[in-house]
Amino acid sequence: MTNENTQNPPAQGNEKNTAELTQRDYMSTYVRSTFLLGSFNFERMQAIGFAVSMIPAIKRFYTTKEDRAAALSRHLEFFNTQPWMASPIIGVTAAMERQKSRGEEGIDAAAITNVKVGLMGPLAGVGDPIFWGTARPVLAALGASIALSGSILGPLLFFFGLTIIRAVTRWYGFKIGYEKGVAIVSEVGGNTLRRLTQMASIVGLFVMGSLVSKWTSIKVPLELSRYTNQQGEEVVTTVQGILDSLLPGMLALLLTFACMWLLRKKVNAIWIIFGMFAVGILGYWAGILAP
Amino acid sequence: MSPLTFTLVVLIALVCGMASVLDERQFHRPLVACTLMGLVLGDLQTGIILGGSLELIALGWMNVGAAMAPDAALASTIATIVVIEGNQSIGEGIALAVPLAAAGQVLTIFVRTITVFFQHQADRYAQEANFRGIEFMHFSGLLLQGLRVAIPTAAVAAVAGTHIVQSWLDAIPDVITSGLQVAGGFIVVVGYAMVINMMKARSLMPFFFLGFVLAAFIPDFNLVGLGIIGACLAVVYVQLNPAFHDAIVAPAPATAGTPSSDLDNELE
Repeated sequence: MTNENTQNPPAQGNEKNTAELTQRDYMSTYVRSTFLLGSFNFERMQAIGFAVSMIPAIKRFYTTKEDRAAALSRHLEFFNTQPWMASPIIGVTAAMERQKSRGEEGIDAAAITNVKVGLMGPLAGVGDPIFWGTARPVLAALGASIALSGSILGPLLFFFGLTIIRAVTRWYGFKIGYEKGVAIVSEVGGNTLRRLTQMASIVGLFVMGSLVSKWTSIKVPLELSRYTNQQGEEVVTTVQGILDSLLPGMLALLLTFACMWLLRKKVNAIWIIFGMFAVGILGYWAGILAP
Repeated sequence: MSPLTFTLVVLIALVCGMASVLDERQFHRPLVACTLMGLVLGDLQTGIILGGSLELIALGWMNVGAAMAPDAALASTIATIVVIEGNQSIGEGIALAVPLAAAGQVLTIFVRTITVFFQHQADRYAQEANFRGIEFMHFSGLLLQGLRVAIPTAAVAAVAGTHIVQSWLDAIPDVITSGLQVAGGFIVVVGYAMVINMMKARSLMPFFFLGFVLAAFIPDFNLVGLGIIGACLAVVYVQLNPAFHDAIVAPAPATAGTPSSDLDNELE
């Protein structure tokens, strides 16, 4: 399928058959793809954004109004994936549109839609843990810890760090997708991406674990006993003291598991947060919790 | 607030609102949004600190699939205005941010429903091969998302400096503000829980506990150190994982096997 020249019927001297995306088309597609979610809606999610990102390719490969209308309608179908991982899909789709416009065998509207839909899920499965689960929280944690001292370096580190990761993913994702075409489908299920996802997940989980202990503060100054020992010193035993001697940050760990359980039960995060606010106010009022 | 400041505040809110749906350039994250707001309000320092504090809470908030996170954009813009213009503490800013994040979520759900009509209009334009029409629908949707943050922010910015708002904020009893501060110490775990759930990697949970125990018993490790340990563990785990040993497992077709195993060796 990648070897177009040998597979094409040689006698088809049609001009549009040689059309390729220009450098300007690459740039235009890149800029458009950064607005992918602009018109996100509950019916077809990123569909309009996908069509808008495909416009340079559609204009390049199709000349008649009917072909262009058909291509536009094709890309207004349901689409949803991790935003940055959409770029390789846009690339593969553009490559398939190019093949279709040349009348290559086996590439019809249904094939294009199938590949598109087939890539959405697996690539979101790679992009979500890598970008939303690891890259952004880790950079945000780092940036926030610097920002708390009032240094502008924190926001700058977060913003430019993610911008570089994002731009590289989008630009090369599209380029590789377009150049490799359908061949990329076999690679998505391959070991390289799975490896990358797993490594990202490990770093993400490890850092989340350390953050649970580092940045969560639950103080329970509730006194259990108070007595004066033989040396005449007063000994106070608080709930906090006992918990800390067992495992520092144990309450935070338990609370994290409670949250995970509630989220899995499809409880909206905002209700959990409000619930915690109620616990905080009541706990402070009753003297069990302290800031 | 001068007219120029007011205009800049509304413009930044517009950009944050758009970024909130795009999830692209991250202007909606508290760390960036509060910093920008602080900059135009003339108190960069407070903006950065508030941004850092809110970012801790919002750390794991993310849009995955069709699920939506609480809205960090509206929370950041309005909380910064109230803290800086209304002379409130960072703690009160945090307390205010969470209800605002809920309100922002409701507003974005509203806009995401309205854009369904834009979707159908785009279908009509597609049949006429009207490229401009589709682009217009797309960016109108984006503008609406920007306005849903810009308008409430403008409303707050218009009244934030007045005495009525200040006395109203000051009238909140101490048990509420202190209680919210207490809660602020542990609502961060909601974000962590979101990240852990999203990973869907039960078999990798030992790494979570490892990170927890290391940080709990050796508080000297900072985030950079912990990050490096995590990265080393990740590389070693993947190298030792038998699932990735292509030479033994790979039942792939013989012709396709050679180039892909070459590629994989580079990572090892």
